[in-house]
Amino acid sequence: MNDLLRMYELMAVIRRTEKAAYDLFMAGLVKGTTHLASGQEAVAVGASEALRDDDYTFATYRGHHHTIARGATPEACLAELMSKATGLCGGKGGSMHLTYAAGNMLGSYAIVGSHLPMAVGAAWSAQLRGSEQIAVAFFGDGATNIGAFHEALNLAAVWKLPVVFVCENNLYMEYTPIASVTAVANPAADRACAYNLPASIVDGNDVLVVRSAVREAAARARDGGGPTVLEMQTYRHFGHSRTDPATYRPSWEVEEWLSRDPLTIAAAQLSKEDVAAADARAEKVVAEAVEAAKAAPPAEGALTDVWADGSSTWRT
Amino acid sequence: MADTLTIGKALNLGLRRAMEDDPKVVLMGEDIGKLGGVFRITDGLQKDFGEDRVIDTPLAESGIVGTAIGLALRGYRPVVEIQFDGFVYPAYDQIVCQVAKMHFRSRGKVSLPIVIRIPFGGGIGAVEHHSESPEAYFAHTAGLKVVACSNPSDAYWMIQQAIASDDPIVFFEPKRRYWEKGPVDTDSAPFALHESVVTRPGSDVTVLAYGPMVRTALDAATAAEEDGRSLEVIDLRTLSPLDMVPVYESVRRTGRAIVVHEAPGNLGLGAELAARITEECFYSLEAPVLRVTGYDTPYPAARLEEEYLPDLDRVLDGVDRSFGW
Ligand SMILES: Cc1ncc(C[n+]2csc(CCOP(=O)(O)OP(=O)(O)O)c2C)c(N)n1
Ligand SMILES: [Mg+2]
Repeated sequence: MNDLLRMYELMAVIRRTEKAAYDLFMAGLVKGTTHLASGQEAVAVGASEALRDDDYTFATYRGHHHTIARGATPEACLAELMSKATGLCGGKGGSMHLTYAAGNMLGSYAIVGSHLPMAVGAAWSAQLRGSEQIAVAFFGDGATNIGAFHEALNLAAVWKLPVVFVCENNLYMEYTPIASVTAVANPAADRACAYNLPASIVDGNDVLVVRSAVREAAARARDGGGPTVLEMQTYRHFGHSRTDPATYRPSWEVEEWLSRDPLTIAAAQLSKEDVAAADARAEKVVAEAVEAAKAAPPAEGALTDVWADGSSTWRT
Repeated sequence: MADTLTIGKALNLGLRRAMEDDPKVVLMGEDIGKLGGVFRITDGLQKDFGEDRVIDTPLAESGIVGTAIGLALRGYRPVVEIQFDGFVYPAYDQIVCQVAKMHFRSRGKVSLPIVIRIPFGGGIGAVEHHSESPEAYFAHTAGLKVVACSNPSDAYWMIQQAIASDDPIVFFEPKRRYWEKGPVDTDSAPFALHESVVTRPGSDVTVLAYGPMVRTALDAATAAEEDGRSLEVIDLRTLSPLDMVPVYESVRRTGRAIVVHEAPGNLGLGAELAARITEECFYSLEAPVLRVTGYDTPYPAARLEEEYLPDLDRVLDGVDRSFGW
């Protein structure tokens, strides 16, 4: 299978997994909230294609795509969303905290900005080991206005660490247009110069473009060239979270971006037969994942795992 | 005039009235302007008071609270919305190191009339960061005042009283109860801000609660009545400073006390209340002061929260334990 077809299929699996998550939500089988990444799949898939298996990634609460792109199964993700014992975090993390350590996807973080310094630390560990691994932090445009973003960029720059900072600029910080609360036009890329870091603005909906941008940044990091800031221009197809109908976005803008759907862009470069076959495979994988996740036993142990010995308290 | 309002709407009207009464009142927070906040507590306020007074901020809690300090230093009365409980921690440094200490440090010359509104507690099916009860962190910090409203009338009046206060106030709102309705007399405030109130008189055991757990305690009192037990429910309302007078008065009558909160038991408000009650009412007590609280774990995922949150049964179980002593 050629690379693009493989990436297309992965994006198709992610798209369908999130659709399934939404449906399960509506059916009352997922509680709480979820933040869908539909429309942003190319960032996750293109980036992971550019990474070694032992490279580290860190994502946000909008992290379904990043988790599956690093090899987690749709079943384990959906089971986690449904608080099932077979979920990625045993059902104790939920949608916002998907983690797939086996794939070196070191977590999704729901306190905006919190994971950027963590990626710096993971990169530092690689530097200390001399292992030539790199770390990638994915974050939103909104995250560029919180202190942790600036601290992380400076730390990584000062220590010349192998980190790639990947901003998914989807134009909105929840309900607020990012331009209305940010001093610069390109929230991540325009800040990079303040830390003497190279930056580029990337078409985040074209999976091949994403891959080559991340490849270049990853190679620089691995060669001791230090961190890079990549700002991926993309768009979420749905609202911020499940309850948000996203009425604050002008319809021309939504339409324009829907016409630039990362799946459509990839499909246009593939044969119709290949795309249809990939869609069918994705459909099947996700349908089976839904059934398996539904059938799995519920999570248990709200009271365990607080301490290193597995217990939750020193009181008897 | 008496209206029936939800807690959310009562807060909204309270904020509106505070802004009408004092042009120095400004609101700041993420998505609070155009959207009216994720819980719509500031709905319509930017439209009516303008973008200078209802400010959509960047995502920057430390910056938001820090800016509020600067505004307060020069005569404004900022009201900061923290979107969910767990997002206050990036601002914790500013709150604990600066907001709380400025008045003391300036030997009383500077006051910081800042209100930090925090929707708190669980029960909405969200996970950690979105369901926490961090009140003890703030109550533990001298220089801050901490209150929690539990019903529409208090929501309407307490937010105005908090804004009018010259001390910084961390104002907890029971997010899962935002949609519950109740009467609000908009003519006069029934209570002072830092006053604990007997919401349901009883004679057998005193149940102390605040915020979202007041409703749970009241439901438990109704259920206990069927078993022939009379629960007196006190809505603490003010968590720092505590208003212990009505508490002592009640416990001396009933001889039993149970503190209910969602926050973990370890070093929670219940620990302080139990200590003070024991110190003051020792000879009136028929049983130790008991606590019905969340567990000493991080807030669990949606499906496990029922296991975690104190509910009517756990309150009644607490009552049984007290009587079993
Ligand atoms: C410290 C902190 N403050 C506020 C929030 C609430 N919140 C969750 S997501 C979000 C917007 C983030 O926007 P962006 O970084 O652009 O990411 P996107 O949701 O667009 O992927 C906000 C304000 C939070 N999670 N953490
Ligand atoms: Mg965004």
